[in-house]
Amino acid sequence: MGVKDLEHYLDNSATTAVSAAAADKAFQIMTKVYGNPSSLHLKGLEAERELTQARKSVAAQLKAGAEEITFTSGGTEANNLALFGAAYASQRQRKHIVLSSVEHSSVLEAAKRLEAEGFSVTRVDPRSDGRVHPDDVAAAVNGGTALVSVMLVNNETGAVMPVRDIFAAVKEKNPQTVCHTDAVQAFGKLPVRARVLGADLITVSGHKVHAPKGVGALYIKKGVRLVPRQYGGEQEKRVRPGTENLPAIAAFGVACEEFDPDGNLAVVSELNRYAAERLLQIEGVSLNSPKDALPYVLNISAGRVRSETMLHFLEEQDVFVSSGSACAKGKPSHVLSALGLSRERADSALRISFCKHNTKADIDALCDGVAMGLRVLAHR
Amino acid sequence: MKEILLLKDGEIVLKGLNRRQFEDVLKKNIRTTLQPLGRFEITSAQSTICVRPLSEDTDLDEACERIGRVFGIVSYSRAALCEEKTMASVLETAPAYLEKQLRAAKTFKVEAKRSDKKFPLKSPEICRELGGTILSRYPHLRVDVHHPDVTVYVEIRDFGAYVHADPIRGAGGIPVGTGGKAVILISGGIDSPVAAYMMAKRGLRLTAVHFASPPYTSLRAEEKVVRLLQKVSRYAGPIKMITVPFTKLQEKLRDDCPEELFTIIMRRLMMEISQRIARDNDCAALITGESLGQVASQTIGALNCTDEAADMVVFRPLIGMDKQEIIDISYKIDTYETSIEPYEDCCTVFTPRHPRTKPILKFVKEAQQRAGFEPLIEEALQNLKITQIQSED
Repeated sequence: MGVKDLEHYLDNSATTAVSAAAADKAFQIMTKVYGNPSSLHLKGLEAERELTQARKSVAAQLKAGAEEITFTSGGTEANNLALFGAAYASQRQRKHIVLSSVEHSSVLEAAKRLEAEGFSVTRVDPRSDGRVHPDDVAAAVNGGTALVSVMLVNNETGAVMPVRDIFAAVKEKNPQTVCHTDAVQAFGKLPVRARVLGADLITVSGHKVHAPKGVGALYIKKGVRLVPRQYGGEQEKRVRPGTENLPAIAAFGVACEEFDPDGNLAVVSELNRYAAERLLQIEGVSLNSPKDALPYVLNISAGRVRSETMLHFLEEQDVFVSSGSACAKGKPSHVLSALGLSRERADSALRISFCKHNTKADIDALCDGVAMGLRVLAHR
Repeated sequence: MKEILLLKDGEIVLKGLNRRQFEDVLKKNIRTTLQPLGRFEITSAQSTICVRPLSEDTDLDEACERIGRVFGIVSYSRAALCEEKTMASVLETAPAYLEKQLRAAKTFKVEAKRSDKKFPLKSPEICRELGGTILSRYPHLRVDVHHPDVTVYVEIRDFGAYVHADPIRGAGGIPVGTGGKAVILISGGIDSPVAAYMMAKRGLRLTAVHFASPPYTSLRAEEKVVRLLQKVSRYAGPIKMITVPFTKLQEKLRDDCPEELFTIIMRRLMMEISQRIARDNDCAALITGESLGQVASQTIGALNCTDEAADMVVFRPLIGMDKQEIIDISYKIDTYETSIEPYEDCCTVFTPRHPRTKPILKFVKEAQQRAGFEPLIEEALQNLKITQIQSED
């Protein structure tokens, strides 16, 4: 299902369609509640109320206080704010950073930049099950570790990282270390509870959860200090100044209110099970996602056909999937390489990602497409 | 492992025959504060209230935090329920449940309370046996009965055997609602939310009166008060907020009274109006955030003039406190950040350049009478706005 009836959109980890209610909200803000939340007059107050409501809605999903939510332009900005903000905040005492080697590029690249600025960075590989192990992270932490960043769900494989145990182990070794998790692929799908995770910083994004692009948020635990990345007005407690992108923020709030993790998980699990079963019947297809991965993502390798070729073949059948993650177009996947997959399998990897709107018809179209692709393309 | 919370009620055990009633209110308050977290069974026996979550995935960290804000509880413990009420079960449960604390400690002791006298071992025997088991499991530990790092408590009660570490200090005080009802005058500054919290701690249920003077004060200032009261209600329970339209009274004050008496007469008017609202709402006292000498209207002379405007008792819990002491409490109850948001409130409208610090009551009353505020007071009381405040989380 999707915009067109014949469209089979199976790339929901890249982005999602905006829900009708969220889109309505954005439209209403743009045309009616268009005041600047900082204005003193009533139009400003109306807008500020929308902002407050959205903040509460996002906070509620994280079981956090509204004052702990800082809106950003998206996941990348939130990850950058987390890494640079926390690294700079304690750089006189601590100049070491630990992250997993399978983080999103916005974490990896930010860390690379910090490395160039004189921070030392330790990258921890996942074990063969695709998950980063708490002991491995804790072993990398020392008295000078400013920050640990481990994602909650991997964007390519759907592997769920034991973040709660990782952070507990980190804090036991160095209570000063700030713990950040990029929860972009988990938010709305799994319960992401700030305090249960023991996280100091959590990144979430709007457009992965049926809100518009251009909005995300960083949970900043009360008392955790970040150095801002930009300077200006008093918005977002000066951590992220600039007039708020209210249409998108309010829509994000509405999208959060529509979350139904349990209900969606049931739908998506069934789709995932059905897809895995059908795909495995096709000769040459193998699964790359760990067995207990989040069912929203299914990573497969399809025979000898290169990812991009298969992707474009499927697109001719109105089936949309991704090769690796959409942000890393064309490059061999660092995640699958870290998992120790053979070059051939990594080169033919496809990421299929579901949402609550997908149906069995979408899966059938995918499986028929892959089977046909393997028959037709293998001979080219 | 099943976990429960054991709460010790404090001063209320002193209340003799009323005790049952106090305890019922306390249990109701606990139920209200825990309600968003799921279902709980709440029972009491032997001056302990036992809170048992009815579902496995209840967020007990959050439950503890909420319990820590309930007045009437001196201390609480998060405890593990032993599977059976036997010594074997205690020996199995305690070292495992308290592993983290025991590993981090150097010394420990065991303390046993056996209120079920049918339990075959006596308290000292329980201590000896469990102490021995813990020592063999954690050989780095030593026993220190005087200053242990960790005390392992075993409680053998009629309804089961529990183990827990040192209890956590509770909010103290008396259950909200057992002391009657009072009106808190709230402006939006640092002091009044703290005063509200302190009197709720003494068992009072609160009605809040706020004076709004649009356009001199903004809607944001009023919403700020709502947010402050939401914070206070995490301790004080639901609060009825009454907003008084105060503009016309303040304008008359400006036009018809001597400037140096603006503040003092304004405060008398606030007391007068609050008192009438209190009577209409079954409240028997007024509460203010005044602190002696903090500003011109809070000198001993000024307070004499303000106090005279009210017939009912006025509680001023901050009267002997320094600003920093007040700020410390406002941090603790998380109202500080909201209080310092910079909006005009009615107390900062038309402030005199040189307020009278030693006003003479006779002159103040004369000036007030000459101006004739009564019709405007009546009008304000006809136009009250009521908002029900509840904790947001």
